[in-house]
Amino acid sequence: MTTEKKDQKGPVAEWQLRLYVAGGTPRSTTALRNLRRICETHLEGRYSIEVVDLLVNPQLAEGDQILAVPTLVRKLPEPMRKIIGDLSKEDRVLVGLDVQPVRTT
Amino acid sequence: MRLYFGHTLQMRKKRNDGGLVKARTGINGLDEITNGGLPAGRPTLVSGAAGSGKTMLAIEFLVRGAVEFDEPGVFMMFEESAEELTANVRSLGFDLDDLIARRKLVLDQVRVERSEIEETGEYDLEGLFIRLGHAVDRIGAKRVVLDTLEALFAALPNEAVLRAELRRLFEWLKKRGLTAIITGERGENSLTRYGLEEYVADCVILMDHRIQDKIATRHMRIVKYRGSSHGTNEYPFIITTKGLSVLPITSLLLEHKAGTERISTGVPTLDDMIEGSGYYRGSSILVSGSAGTGKSTLAASFIAAACARGERALLFAYEESASQIIRNMAAVGIDLGRWVKKGLLQIHASRPSLNGLEQHLVQMHDNVKEFRPTVVVIDPISNLTMEYDRAVKPTLMRLIDHLKVEGITALFTSLTSNSAAFQEDSEVGVSSLMDTWIALRNVEIDAARSRALVVLKARGISHSQRVMGFGFSKKGVEIHPVGPTLAGDGAVPTAAGAKREWGVNTPPSPKKGNRERASKAKNGRKAKG
Repeated sequence: MTTEKKDQKGPVAEWQLRLYVAGGTPRSTTALRNLRRICETHLEGRYSIEVVDLLVNPQLAEGDQILAVPTLVRKLPEPMRKIIGDLSKEDRVLVGLDVQPVRTT
Repeated sequence: MRLYFGHTLQMRKKRNDGGLVKARTGINGLDEITNGGLPAGRPTLVSGAAGSGKTMLAIEFLVRGAVEFDEPGVFMMFEESAEELTANVRSLGFDLDDLIARRKLVLDQVRVERSEIEETGEYDLEGLFIRLGHAVDRIGAKRVVLDTLEALFAALPNEAVLRAELRRLFEWLKKRGLTAIITGERGENSLTRYGLEEYVADCVILMDHRIQDKIATRHMRIVKYRGSSHGTNEYPFIITTKGLSVLPITSLLLEHKAGTERISTGVPTLDDMIEGSGYYRGSSILVSGSAGTGKSTLAASFIAAACARGERALLFAYEESASQIIRNMAAVGIDLGRWVKKGLLQIHASRPSLNGLEQHLVQMHDNVKEFRPTVVVIDPISNLTMEYDRAVKPTLMRLIDHLKVEGITALFTSLTSNSAAFQEDSEVGVSSLMDTWIALRNVEIDAARSRALVVLKARGISHSQRVMGFGFSKKGVEIHPVGPTLAGDGAVPTAAGAKREWGVNTPPSPKKGNRERASKAKNGRKAKG
């Protein structure tokens, strides 16, 4: 992975997420921003994010069966899950990743 | 390989129809009905129901492209797995693994499951483009297949996004100059279930597989070909062990070379009747007659003569087993057994069953390709035609044409039902395809049965118009003159009573004789013309 960006807060993160984008488009930027925010809110200290730019590494599209971009893949915990879109609908992201939302009191 | 693809190599892309560049598919017959191939650098839509042969056509397009035209290809599949496809086409002799190893082919399996996908906002299908582009760049692909793109409609929830992206995809394919086949499922009221024809405007091919008179037949039709002429009929096709074979009934190119070499009929006296030198090599010969007139024996003589010259002969027999044929022919002094032992003669005896015509013709093609005979005999062709008259004619034409192109001399016997006259209309209507037509019949002379033979036509040969006596001895077929004929050869009658019985030399009073003579005279004229 050449384009790799880790926000890891521990030796092995409980949540390993991989975001596939195609170049630095506004949509890619939005998706990454949304993802960071959601992770910080609900998975603080338990996640790692890896960003794969398919324009740089096109061969990686096949492995995770990527068609749509942005696509977020939950590598861990298993089973693998996939969600598509710019992650702007937070509730859908949480459902798709099966994250128990942290309740703010 | 030579049989199907011989002349295609030097014509990779053919420019015709007003400058439209075409990419040859190399698929047997398809390039004829498309008048040169698919539009080069553009997408073609191939639509059909499940099992209609879309995937077969698509993969063959890539394999032939890679092997024959040096145009590598990418096969992106949305339904099958790469393993399944590889296994399925192995029976066609396509070794996809080898092509992949030689960087002539990329198989990319796209798996999308709706259950896996949660939409969380805006997206596009750039990932698909990148994937395809990467595969294309990896091997320098010129051809692309997307099979079946419509699976995406089931997988992706947002149809509006998908449609916009498909439009972009087709533009992208064109911009990259890729000759592409997009397959689609046939819809109820439209060409494809999701209306892909809206995006692919250049060329649309429709395939189907239907049951007609209890026989499954496959058909293909060019619905649309922008800027090009094309065959408009429905063309039957078969999936052979070597790939698809389309039978372009009406667009058969009569291009086979007509040689001047002559080969013996196997009966010297019959040779004498056709300029003393026999049939043209590479021509088609029909021997018609009712049961017991000696058709098979005449055919066997022809085979024996070919084998005696050291040539290979192939006999398809539908009435007797091989050993029965060998025994019966030995009884009239024709030793076929020895040619079988020498490997110069192959006898394929079978009964073409009701649902086996397609399969049977495939078998015949394969036998011919493998054995590479110079002489082929089908005894009788009427067995192939009795039960499926409609389906068989184009198929027979194809077979006959195929043999001609290969320069193989083919002799067909045909069983006619009427024993009283030389049958002018053989049931199959194949006579028009035949270069030489010999008719046999039984005649009764003074309470004894005898046989007669006449050459009804022989294209390019000035043949005898005489009705000849015809019989067998331990030395084989014997043909002898029986009396003066209409053509007035003026020979002395040798068989007593023959002229009276046959009515060829009597005044026009007896009813039967009259009819026969009229028929013969007509045939004579026809043969000359």
